[in-house]
Amino acid sequence: MNRILLLLIGFFISNITWAQQNKEVPEMADIMRSNGKIYTVVAVCLTILIGLFVYVFSIDKKIQRLEKK
Amino acid sequence: MAVLLNKCEAVSHNFATLKQIPFLLVYKSWWKILSFLLLVYTIVGGFLLDVPKLFILNETIRNLYFHVCMWFGMMILFMVSFVYSIKYLLGFQYRHDIFASNFAAIGSLFGILGYLTGVLWVNVTWVTDQGQSLGSVLKEPKLIGAAIALLIYGAYFVLRGSFTDIDKRARISAVYNIFAFAMLFPSIWIIPRLVGSLHPGAPGSDSGNPALDKNDMDSTMRMVFYPAVIGWTLLGVWIATLKIRVALLAEKNILDNHKSA
Repeated sequence: MNRILLLLIGFFISNITWAQQNKEVPEMADIMRSNGKIYTVVAVCLTILIGLFVYVFSIDKKIQRLEKK
Repeated sequence: MAVLLNKCEAVSHNFATLKQIPFLLVYKSWWKILSFLLLVYTIVGGFLLDVPKLFILNETIRNLYFHVCMWFGMMILFMVSFVYSIKYLLGFQYRHDIFASNFAAIGSLFGILGYLTGVLWVNVTWVTDQGQSLGSVLKEPKLIGAAIALLIYGAYFVLRGSFTDIDKRARISAVYNIFAFAMLFPSIWIIPRLVGSLHPGAPGSDSGNPALDKNDMDSTMRMVFYPAVIGWTLLGVWIATLKIRVALLAEKNILDNHKSA
């Protein structure tokens, strides 16, 4: 448990050390962020991801049934 | 690892059908759920968290969480395949050959996905924004190196398919797999590092490591990138173990005979 905690802390500790940002600002997809359409992209990707995982999980269960036979 | 395997083998004696599977971790679901959660985090964090605002790359820097993770996953899966090829040659147990070939198969799949996603990325950065000619993109050492590495692994499957004798196939392809792995890192890391590359972080920049410019990544990106690598790799391992379990079921008779012989 301690190790897992340490691992998690390790993931996020880099967040403390902020690097300085560039002065000239390149164009980013800020419009997509401001009108919230980015959330649609995230939702679409999550749906695909969940569908894939459900599918792989069902294959896993099927194989498990075959192995028990 | 050895301790774990021995422990699992001792446990698996209770189940006739499980005997061929050396790690019961395959049946645990926590790491599968972990993979799912990490990938959900990759998508949510990967699209919504801030990234450094850089010219040319712009928002495509988020491809790091997907494209680069494919290559990392590929390297890890090939490494596992390599270990099982050595294990096969040490004990000539047929199941190790099944492990090695299936891990190599999913590793190759990741490599192909990495290549395809790279093609899309090249289109909007090197070709359009950097104004590189097709000639300079085709001469990109890292693309050539990755193509060589993937073709070497492609030849591994051609080689496997050309044998009718199972033992011969397992032995020769195990030896070949070791050589294929020996070529992997020189072709995708060492040579591009020596001759320069269009990839960010190529020689000349501060980082000197083509593909990953550590100066382009900030701490928020690392916070998503490392979990993403783990998540994608675990998904690859999961799919590989599914293929392995099907193969073990399909070749149950051969495996049982092998053991008694």
